[in-house]
Amino acid sequence: MTLELIWFLLWGVLWGVYFVLDGFDLGLGTLFPFFAKNEREKRVLYNTVAPFWDGNEVWLIAAGGITFAAFPKAYAIMFSALYAPLLIILFALIMRAASFEFRNKVDSDGWRKMWDIFQFLGNFVPALLFGVAFANIFQGIPFDANGVYHGSIIQLLNVYGIIGGLFFVINFAMHGAMWLSMKSEGHIHDRAINYAKKLWVFTVALAIAFLAATAIYTDLFVNYQKSGMLLVIPAIGVTALLMVRIFLAGGRNHLAWISNAISIFFIIMFGIVGMFPKLLPSNLDPAASVTIFNGASSTLTLQIMLGVVVVIIPLVLLYQLWAVRLLMHVVDDEVLDSDESY
Amino acid sequence: MDVVMLSRIQFAVTVFFHFIFVPLTLGLSVLLAIMETMYVRTGNEMYKRMVKFWGKLFIINFTLGVVTGITLEFQFGTNWSRYSEYVGDIFGSLLAIEASTSFFLESTFIAVWFFGWKKVSKNVHCMCIWLVALASNMSAFWIIMANAFMQNPVGYKMVEGKPQLNDFFAVITNPYGIGEFAHTVSSSWMVGGIFVLGISAWHLLRKNEMELFKSSFKIASIFFLIFSITTAIAGHHQGQVAAKYQPAKLAAMESHWETGTNVPMYLLTWPNAENTGNAIQALPLPGALSILAYNNPQAKVIGLNDIPKEDRPPVLPTFITFRLMVGLGSFFPLLGIALFAWRKKIEEKSFVLKVLPWLIPLPYIAIMLGWTVTEVGRQPWIVYNMLRTSAAASPIEASMVVWSIVAFTLIYTFLGLLDIYLLRKYAMKGPK
Repeated sequence: MTLELIWFLLWGVLWGVYFVLDGFDLGLGTLFPFFAKNEREKRVLYNTVAPFWDGNEVWLIAAGGITFAAFPKAYAIMFSALYAPLLIILFALIMRAASFEFRNKVDSDGWRKMWDIFQFLGNFVPALLFGVAFANIFQGIPFDANGVYHGSIIQLLNVYGIIGGLFFVINFAMHGAMWLSMKSEGHIHDRAINYAKKLWVFTVALAIAFLAATAIYTDLFVNYQKSGMLLVIPAIGVTALLMVRIFLAGGRNHLAWISNAISIFFIIMFGIVGMFPKLLPSNLDPAASVTIFNGASSTLTLQIMLGVVVVIIPLVLLYQLWAVRLLMHVVDDEVLDSDESY
Repeated sequence: MDVVMLSRIQFAVTVFFHFIFVPLTLGLSVLLAIMETMYVRTGNEMYKRMVKFWGKLFIINFTLGVVTGITLEFQFGTNWSRYSEYVGDIFGSLLAIEASTSFFLESTFIAVWFFGWKKVSKNVHCMCIWLVALASNMSAFWIIMANAFMQNPVGYKMVEGKPQLNDFFAVITNPYGIGEFAHTVSSSWMVGGIFVLGISAWHLLRKNEMELFKSSFKIASIFFLIFSITTAIAGHHQGQVAAKYQPAKLAAMESHWETGTNVPMYLLTWPNAENTGNAIQALPLPGALSILAYNNPQAKVIGLNDIPKEDRPPVLPTFITFRLMVGLGSFFPLLGIALFAWRKKIEEKSFVLKVLPWLIPLPYIAIMLGWTVTEVGRQPWIVYNMLRTSAAASPIEASMVVWSIVAFTLIYTFLGLLDIYLLRKYAMKGPK
């Protein structure tokens, strides 16, 4: 039981870290067509995330892999039930990666325009659909005791799903704007902060809507009613979101970004903890729900994987932090003129 | 078509497309690491320009390798959910270990390496590319050990009708997998070698940057020679491994029907349409198959007629792809020896320089053929003798898989063409 519980929390942590990290580049890509006015600004936007998107995306692979390894049944049903949205996310992520790599390789306006469209769609679509998917997981998806899905993609676009999707899109966009503010100077830097401040209002509104809708459409709050202490988790999420605005007002942009990272992480954990002990609730047949009791791998697998993760993940965080610090410079003319720029 | 067949087609499309990029990543990363080490050792700026030139091509290739890899991980869940649920305890953990130990290392250090020329010292920079090379090849190890469990399941006990891990060490030292790993990595390094050889030849013919490309050619010719030989050796070993663990696959590879001892190999063979024997069978080499499979002319080799019909792999595709792969695999060491012998005066051999760029696709083709033998030859099992492929697909509508195959094919064709166009463009541009 303890081992399964540890894995349940680690599962949530990995998805949380993924959304914190990929959140900023998905968000910045979503802002792309609205923010970047000319070729130089476009290139600044590309180059602020160019060294990081790949490392961020690996957290998605790790989160997927951990789901597969620790909770194969949940992985099997989740991925086959959400077939259409997951593959659309995948196509979008493929085109996003290609847009980084290919855009600067041919000197033609039409070519660049095409990749700019893919850059936008490649970031906006995953941000939206991940929100929709997670909201639907929180409220349960219709599958039976044999793991057969009885819904459609249209059903996923229900009120709660859409609120979840919009919340992800807007929050990530703010996350991206703040990232841009840290990586740019002058006019772009100032505008990025303005964007973040405006987006903050919408993020807060959507966060309230999301929490209210959660109370209506899901039973996530049941766990919190049972154990009031757990309310610390959403409280940290909400407080951190409020702090973002205070830090922005004080010009402490790095702290604002970190604060939003904390907020994203705890809001994800809020959903995960609320689902406990379910990993994947079924709203068709509650008895069919995958829980950590009926869905976990064997004790030996969980132990070996825990050994791997406990050693490796802190190491990964250390060297990724080292790499981020190394490449955290402002994107200025010197960077844009270098051989390695996009 | 049913969901199983459609899912198999989709997996074939996505895995083969992914595997256009992976072998070059595995091989070229090591070559880059060697080149950069030479730069650090000698301080000669020519090597730095060499690394930057091949590095640019490496990155174009690398990006598509990364994104097409996620496709595969997703597909186990989206299209093969019955399989995922069945083997998650073992197969899933190998995938998760791959992601957490290799992909993070690879993606982080490739970024520092590519963007960090002015940010870190020469030694640290060189270490970054060695880490990338190590991580990519390590990821090959984990994924091949996962594949080996499908080929030859080991280290498990059956609990409630499902395999459960009981010996992790056995899983990661699966003899089938060790052989597969050696064969795959050797052949991938060969791809790295021919890529550098072919492009260097193109420039040498045009007298561009003679020093840089002669030197690249030399390094790659040694590399290609070594790994064309180890690939052949590992391939032979893998044939014996197949004989031991998957007799049906070996029999299909050779279109061998009647169990017997002292089994000959026929130079001319063609299976008949009814899948009961050979339509053509001529020019026997006495005892050759027994020797190849077991190093013993008297060894017994099981024929397809002794394997129940429903357990036989499709013979014709396995047989043809195997023959073609072996043909190519025999040609490469000869090519390797010739290029190695000519490496010092290669600029004078204009015919060789003209032909070489056209040979770049050959090792790629050989690798694709090899994987076809491995995967088609395992049928009808998804996990050998344990779970049939027909029982492994997701309970989803066939129409879902149809649209996703169409989407994958369109996107991949588009990206594949652009990638070849860009690689060609930047390869021909040379180090400016």
